[in-house]
Amino acid sequence: MATYSTNEFKSGLKLLLDGDPCSIIENEFVKPGKGQAFNRVKFRNLKTGRVGERTFKSGESVEGADVIDLDMEYLYTDGEFYHFMMTDGSFEQHAADEKAVGDCLKWLKEQDVYTVTLYNGAPLSVTPPNFVELEIVETDPGLKGDTAQGGSKPARLTTGATVSVPLFIDQGEVIRVDTRSGSYVSRVKS
Amino acid sequence: MSSLTLQQLLQRRAGFLAAIRQFFAQRGVLEVDTPILASYSATDPFLDSFDLSAAPDTERRYLLTSPEHAMKRLLAGGSGPIYQLGKVFRRGEFGQRHNPEFTLLEWYRPGWSLSDIRQELTDLLQTLGLPSEAREYPYRELFRTYLGIDPLLCDAASLRQAATDAGLTFHSEPETRDDWLDLLMSHLIEPRLPSEGAAFVSGYPASQASLAEVTEDVDGQQLAARFELYINGVEVANAYQELTDAEELARRFATDNARRQALGLPVIPEDTRLLESLGAMPPGAGIAVGFDRLLMLATGSHCLADVMPFAWDAI
Repeated sequence: MATYSTNEFKSGLKLLLDGDPCSIIENEFVKPGKGQAFNRVKFRNLKTGRVGERTFKSGESVEGADVIDLDMEYLYTDGEFYHFMMTDGSFEQHAADEKAVGDCLKWLKEQDVYTVTLYNGAPLSVTPPNFVELEIVETDPGLKGDTAQGGSKPARLTTGATVSVPLFIDQGEVIRVDTRSGSYVSRVKS
Repeated sequence: MSSLTLQQLLQRRAGFLAAIRQFFAQRGVLEVDTPILASYSATDPFLDSFDLSAAPDTERRYLLTSPEHAMKRLLAGGSGPIYQLGKVFRRGEFGQRHNPEFTLLEWYRPGWSLSDIRQELTDLLQTLGLPSEAREYPYRELFRTYLGIDPLLCDAASLRQAATDAGLTFHSEPETRDDWLDLLMSHLIEPRLPSEGAAFVSGYPASQASLAEVTEDVDGQQLAARFELYINGVEVANAYQELTDAEELARRFATDNARRQALGLPVIPEDTRLLESLGAMPPGAGIAVGFDRLLMLATGSHCLADVMPFAWDAI
């Protein structure tokens, strides 16, 4: 894998730090007068999700991490692995374990497209699109006419996720959910 | 926070350049324009000069990191007070507040002291509408107050301890005492300087004198006769009581180059012409001011790119 000098640092660059793949969140160049220059780097460990900070001497080189984000369609699960297929026409498939799928599990719907992050060719994490459309399988009956403000109620989706929806929403309806906040956005007319 | 239109940006830049020229014209300081492509450059290990050769087998030339040497030769030749407002180059210095090519204002006052030139800097800041009321923060006091260590006397291990106590982690550790001091200064001290208004930092360790004289303080500690100006926490100026001892300057060049060799950095040819003429240079004070940073602060911008027609990554 290539190495990167600090002057190539920018947010999104993937580095190997302490043996783990990491992504630069923020890179700040600091230099007191004529003294030693440093790069203060904030990064996310892509394995643990934890955010850390580290100082590099400017000019140092760091090994890059073989990390790539790819669009893939979710196919099915065999109970142990979750199978995804590339959307580039290659039909290449990748199997992600539960750890890689992580929180995305509650938004996982067959035939939808997700971002699968590969590390050394194997799925490291799965990121849902910002919005997904899922069907409600269980919620209290909708209150007709109550389309204004008012309370909310829990609704269980096909994926098993529970979101809070307005009272007028019915079982069997498809809703749009913001996966970043896990909140209801709108009802999807079918 | 401001976002200038191109027209506003160009007008502010031109206005600043004109105001600075007028300020010095009124004070009888002569504008000079010395070459920026020279056969020598700064020897400071952490100033990286662009080097280039015009053609194969021709001597190497450097884009200067400041016009200091040539201006000092003019002073030695009897120029009287002079200033220069021009481009300088520092390879690898790129970030929010750094651009490898930038505009530097540098001026020299024969016969003046550091406090004289500090007053003139204050006057200039006022003229440009920048904060000028400043408190002085001795380097030593800053380290004592914020880190509980004496930067002049403590060993490298204590400096390392102060850094790790503050939660800093390094990819590879700084090597020398001065590198540790630079780390602590940039990571832990500078962020604590006033985030609004001006601050002078003075009394740097003798090892960071660069081309400044070294003096003794009341405790008999050797200190560099220099100060730096910070505005809103951003370093904008660096002033020296200028070193006029050629032998001492030759020693500093040699020390810098030895350190460069140890770090695997290119050795910079000594500026022998400066060494020859330094004896004739009248004692005095000099200062370098980052023009683009001043403009950044004056316009309430947060990065240099906002006040440059084209930043490094846009040209």
